[in-house]
Amino acid sequence: MINSHFATMTNGRAVKLDVIPTLAFDDFKKAILDGTAAGQRVSAMFGDPTSQSEVTQLYVVMADDEQNQLYIGRTHIEGDQFPSLTPQCPQVHLFEREIAEQFGLKPIGHPWLKPVRYHRSKTGRDAWNRPSDQAVLPAVCDFFQVEGDEVHEVAVGPVHAGIIEPGHFRFQCHGERVFHLEIALGFQHRGVEDAMIGGPTKRSIHYAETLAGDTTIAHATAYCQIVEALAHCQKTARAQMLRGVSLELERLANHVGDLGAVANDVGFLPTASYCGRIRGDFLNLTALLCGSRFGRGMIRPGGVGFDIDDSRASELLRRLDKAEKDTANSVNLLWDTPSVMARLENTGPLPKHIAVELGIVGPAARASGLVRDLRQDQPSGIFRFSHIPVGTCDTGDVFGRVFIRWVEIQRSIKFIREQIGAIPAGSPLVKVGSLAPDSLVATLNEGWRGEVCHIAITNEQGSFARYKVVDPSFHNWAGLAYALRGQEISDFPLCNKSFNLSYCGHDL
Amino acid sequence: MTDTIIHIFLLLTLPPLLLGVINKTKALFAGRKGPPVLQLYYDIIKLMRKGMVLSRTTTWVFIAGPVVTLAAVVLAGMLIPIGQFDAPIAFAGDLIFFAYLFGLARFFTTAAALDTGSSFEGMGAAREVTFACLSEPALFFALLVLAKISGSLKLTTMLHSSTSAFSVAMAAPLVLVSIGLFIVLLTETCRIPVDDPNTHLELTMIHEVMVLDHSGPLFGIILYSAAMKLFVLGTVLLHIITPFQMNRMWLNWPLFIVEILGLAIVIGVVESVMARLRMRHIPYLLVSALLFCGFSFILLMRYYK
Repeated sequence: MINSHFATMTNGRAVKLDVIPTLAFDDFKKAILDGTAAGQRVSAMFGDPTSQSEVTQLYVVMADDEQNQLYIGRTHIEGDQFPSLTPQCPQVHLFEREIAEQFGLKPIGHPWLKPVRYHRSKTGRDAWNRPSDQAVLPAVCDFFQVEGDEVHEVAVGPVHAGIIEPGHFRFQCHGERVFHLEIALGFQHRGVEDAMIGGPTKRSIHYAETLAGDTTIAHATAYCQIVEALAHCQKTARAQMLRGVSLELERLANHVGDLGAVANDVGFLPTASYCGRIRGDFLNLTALLCGSRFGRGMIRPGGVGFDIDDSRASELLRRLDKAEKDTANSVNLLWDTPSVMARLENTGPLPKHIAVELGIVGPAARASGLVRDLRQDQPSGIFRFSHIPVGTCDTGDVFGRVFIRWVEIQRSIKFIREQIGAIPAGSPLVKVGSLAPDSLVATLNEGWRGEVCHIAITNEQGSFARYKVVDPSFHNWAGLAYALRGQEISDFPLCNKSFNLSYCGHDL
Repeated sequence: MTDTIIHIFLLLTLPPLLLGVINKTKALFAGRKGPPVLQLYYDIIKLMRKGMVLSRTTTWVFIAGPVVTLAAVVLAGMLIPIGQFDAPIAFAGDLIFFAYLFGLARFFTTAAALDTGSSFEGMGAAREVTFACLSEPALFFALLVLAKISGSLKLTTMLHSSTSAFSVAMAAPLVLVSIGLFIVLLTETCRIPVDDPNTHLELTMIHEVMVLDHSGPLFGIILYSAAMKLFVLGTVLLHIITPFQMNRMWLNWPLFIVEILGLAIVIGVVESVMARLRMRHIPYLLVSALLFCGFSFILLMRYYK
């Protein structure tokens, strides 16, 4: 179904701002609800301040995976409130909370209106009427509470026993059983979106690379595609191939690391320690390309920062073969050990219809049976020419989320081998000109966690007036909270690891 | 007299070595070098020299927990015979005393955990006592079997009976008992598949979570008594699964050391080849231990009728 109210748009193509229709709020709402009813997803919904302080512009970018199309629309909000869409369209719940926090606009009827990252708004308005002389501190707020004599509350974090990022988790439990889990993040908020405004500057690419350290390549790619689209810059096939290879190497390293971490959480040593080592082997492959294990400096506007030569290509293939063999040996132990399978199966299930409602992306969505992969649905770069089959699993439990990673590992290795086997000629980096003024561009890439979405709006000088980042974790944290309902509290670490979401990617 | 001194010496010095051997075995399976075999000794010495943090909300119970536990476990270690030698303390009915020394230790550990008022520690304490309810009867059935075989209520006589009074008819009950006791051993010493001693995840731990707030010397005492508990229960199990003896009496000491280190390797292997059970499934395992020991007792009753 074509979304008749919104303008169509392609992933990574700039559109002029005046092409984007400004709808009345009711039409805007109807278009979103019709779209989601027809299977479209809300990739991003965000506010943009206008010259009048009383008026805020609300943009929405919807992805139609079947039609391989993006839709964009906007509306004006006057005053300090608007009717919430969340009751009819749960997947925008966090976007609305974000808008409330950033612009002080109250979504009336939102069932659980709380701050997202605990900071002051851009406009001076406050959706919660908090006194302005009081500091806004993360996770200092009321939590959902279950009442009853035998119900107890467990609070975990933000300081954890392991070396992980800070986040606060509140469990409402009955004995070992979890009734409800509420997650409060925001401890890592750095203000990246605001720092991007006025760019691109020399710093912008580094901001993009450090949005979420383990997703460096995907975020840097999304940023570079923004710049290139606005500058109408044509990359070479060689650069696109190298970007694709780095993206898949990032996926490999993280997926292998996750499999090891899951094994560690169930106390299964062999896979845990071998995968920890093999993850390092994949990281070293990225280092072979660009000198940084996390791919810093690899992706640059106009192409890639480092070229590949024959000797390094053959070295990469040699090491890839070895790592593939090691991974298979270590990971297959999981499926062959009954005590491991007993832990993974039927733990933390996320049913398909819930995954659709919450707008889950990435491996977590595919594990719940959704055929959702941007490399197929909204392809960009090398993925327009070379396809990676999408794997799905219909169990939706920890096993599904773990197994899907193993499937993707095998396919990514195959993809890299094909690409490195036939490297196109060309220059790795081309010059990027100045950016088109008064335009908007959205770029979507399938990072290892799922949809990495960047959106930029330029002003009349051609610099960023608004920059929006949506990390896959932003969609998926709610999925984790849901997956834990009715589960045992001791299975939380395992469920958490099977999603392995980013805190800093969410907190920006 | 010499034997008593050796008994006490081994009881006090050997236990941390067992943990070192277990960890070395696990490291071998994981393809790692692993910590030195003597690591736990270093850790305990290090902790003993540290200061400790005491929360204002805790009372004397918090300090009493580890101290009483250590005292109870040392005393339990004096009640069991090592190898072919008699226990330093032995009297009729000491098997009950032995079992409830562990009960006392558990009571004080959980009381100290509850004393902190932390929700994690409360959760750990709840898990600990729930599982103890199932492992304790299994231990009792095992002791009953031995009492029946030896016709004595003295641990020294009972544990030596599988060597001295062995007959073929006892083989089946003893095999069952040793399986049951091995499960009890893994439970009581918090090993995989029941508990994961290496995890840092406070929501999944059982024993480790109860001692989260202990630090410095108190924590050192906890590590030490946990190792000693493994040593004591391991010694009991060894009497049943390795009823060997050497011609020369003094050679039985090195034999025992080899046996207990061998048991540590077996525990390390078990921990390496399987994942931890889901919390909900742990009672099934404990009930099976209870059934092994109980069924063994029934078999024996038929035979001795």
